[in-house]
Amino acid sequence: MYIKVKRELCTGCEACVQSCPYDAIVIKGAKAEITEMCQLCRACMSVCPEGAISEVKEATDEKETAQGRGVWVFAEQREGRIAGVSLELLGAGRGLAGKLGTELSAVLFGGTGHDALELIRWGADRVFHCDEASLQAFNDEPYAALLSKLITEQKPEIVLTGATPIGRSFFPRVAAKLRAGLTADCTSLEIDPETKNLLQVRPAFGGNIMATIFCPHARPQMATVRPRVMKRGTYDEARTGEIVKVSAKGIASRTKVVETVKEVSELAINLQDANIIVAGGRGMGSEKGFQLLLDLAEVLGASLAASRAAVDEGWIPYRHQVGQTGKTVSPKLYIACGISGAVQHLVGMQSSDIIIAINKNPDAPIFNVATYGIVGDANEIVPMLTKKIKEVKG
Amino acid sequence: MRIVVCIKQVPDSAEVRINPETNTLIRDGVPTIINPYDLHALEAGLQIRETAGGKVTVLTMGPPQAETALREAISMGADDAVLLTDRAFAGSDTWATAYTLSKAIEQIGADVILCGKQAIDGDTAQVGPEMAEFMDMPHISYIRKIVDVAADKLIVQRLMDDGYDVVETSLPVLLTVVKELNVPRLPSLKGKMAAKKAEIKKMSAADLKADEKNLGLNGSPTQVKNIFAPESKTDRTMLEGTPAEKIDTLVKELVGLKCI
Ligand SMILES: Cc1cc2nc3c(=O)[nH]c(=O)nc-3n(C[C@H](O)[C@H](O)[C@H](O)COP(=O)(O)OP(=O)(O)OC[C@H]3O[C@@H](n4cnc5c(N)ncnc54)[C@H](O)[C@@H]3O)c2cc1C
Ligand SMILES: Nc1ncnc2c1ncn2[C@@H]1O[C@H](COP(=O)(O)O)[C@@H](O)[C@H]1O
Repeated sequence: MYIKVKRELCTGCEACVQSCPYDAIVIKGAKAEITEMCQLCRACMSVCPEGAISEVKEATDEKETAQGRGVWVFAEQREGRIAGVSLELLGAGRGLAGKLGTELSAVLFGGTGHDALELIRWGADRVFHCDEASLQAFNDEPYAALLSKLITEQKPEIVLTGATPIGRSFFPRVAAKLRAGLTADCTSLEIDPETKNLLQVRPAFGGNIMATIFCPHARPQMATVRPRVMKRGTYDEARTGEIVKVSAKGIASRTKVVETVKEVSELAINLQDANIIVAGGRGMGSEKGFQLLLDLAEVLGASLAASRAAVDEGWIPYRHQVGQTGKTVSPKLYIACGISGAVQHLVGMQSSDIIIAINKNPDAPIFNVATYGIVGDANEIVPMLTKKIKEVKG
Repeated sequence: MRIVVCIKQVPDSAEVRINPETNTLIRDGVPTIINPYDLHALEAGLQIRETAGGKVTVLTMGPPQAETALREAISMGADDAVLLTDRAFAGSDTWATAYTLSKAIEQIGADVILCGKQAIDGDTAQVGPEMAEFMDMPHISYIRKIVDVAADKLIVQRLMDDGYDVVETSLPVLLTVVKELNVPRLPSLKGKMAAKKAEIKKMSAADLKADEKNLGLNGSPTQVKNIFAPESKTDRTMLEGTPAEKIDTLVKELVGLKCI
């Protein structure tokens, strides 16, 4: 495929030149011309007021779509605990399977028979379970090798996992091996009613833009999905399904986990799983300011988070950092205190259900994403809020 | 030790916006930089060279201007640089990018390959692990500390959601790194001189002996259907009154929403 300008239609208006992210369009003789810098992103096609830019398909572009049936969710387990996002994906997976008229399966490496049963109660029709000791701890190679083998045998059309450190690390290996398309960190999944392709929406450029990605030909269609954006399905104790035992025989690993170290203070148990998060930025002024946040977090049963500026000041350790270079969270309630709302911070928290912003600058960008805004001094407001909530809770 | 660091030239994503009317990127005046995570990968490579000896090669796939990024890496201390540039690479998704880079690394030769955790334009974090699979070698993601480097073995700490794992691996290996790993050094005067003079090796699809059907748009299983601006909140309430009144209203709302 390549992009072409129809010279007879081009008026030389330069709209396309402005739109090209790669500097690949020049004006020559009052007409636009696509240079070899073109990366085929198609940005220019939609801006041209004359409709003069189009893509030209070549013979090699036509490919057959591989077949497949079934929606799969890889259920992540760490030290015997199933990740919350895996249950959310069973909820989302049910919906997709329904639209495709197909079944929903879960894949579990490590964990117990009870865990496999729980996955059925959360919505799976079938669980492929390998309970061998070699797969209890996460290593990329054996996880990728066994999942690839299962996919090759069973040919599902969609395979999903959480966009966690584990999912984002080993799914790419599976996609590479199977020549499958993989979309990272999706925030929404839909089935295209016409083509039945999976439409995957994800943020890019640090959350400044959203993109819809699809795989027109390759199967399976694979995606990692951001935790806490999909809703869990309903838990049904009476649900039954099939558990298929899977063997890891002959699957080796060149990496070995020597030790697993927990490094979380009690209040930040798992930011990604927290229901309520109290977050502070440079505006808290000092470590003392963070003590006020801790008090608020305590009455709310919340986890504590911070902007990079506060981490850089040394008021709180890095593991509490939310944003582009920290964690991505989407709790029910996010209380941002003394945080300006730089885009690198917003990308890590803007999908929270309710956002409260407390900032003394009424023009702070954090107010653009806030559900409730309070203009004021956080060092004054926060203790008052703590006190009030204590009263209400009795 | 043969060390290859993969770096990508990216637009500074903090400054990229979308025009909500045309749904296209507004790119005017957005500077290009070396992907910030890749600077940490480069620093790690330079430190490994300092303890274990060897050579650090920086590698990028991109348009001809990406040469600037490679020269910058040399000014920080890289020994040499390779630029993969060819019209045939255009439109690559992570699969095709990883395939192309791995073909080049097979020719360069490497014991340790370092990548950033993710590139800040696509934010996918997929290219590193995909390359490892193509080259049939182990990889470890999210390295926050390199504990020990030996000729045949490496011990690192891998960052996880709830702490970290200590992981041991054989070589060759591919590592992707997070920012906590180190503080990237600044270019030295000597480095800047070297960067000016350095010859950047350029390779095309033909040089890589790559399979055409795996390159660029043709080799990419995923396609971008469209891009659009993220939704902005319209239902915002600014609370009015004295601080005490604001808090009263807020707490009432939160109780109503069952947050408290
Ligand atoms: C590549 C890159 C990656 C980054 N990644 C991240 C990331 O992951 N996470 C992140 O958070 N940042 C990240 N940043 C940094 C980001 O750009 C901002 O610098 C940072 O988020 C600012 O933190 P802040 O809002 O706490 O501080 P500031 O921007 O200094 O804002 C402080 C705010 O507090 C308000 N304030 C001051 N005093 C008071 C008071 N008494 N009461 C109430 N309000 C008060 C001020 O009005 C101001 O709005 C990144 C930057 C880059 C370049
Ligand atoms: N075109 C490229 N050239 C060189 N390295 C790249 C390229 N794309 C990605 N990488 C490397 O892969 C890492 C992850 O990128 P990504 O998967 O795009 O988020 C980056 O930090 C780089 O180290």
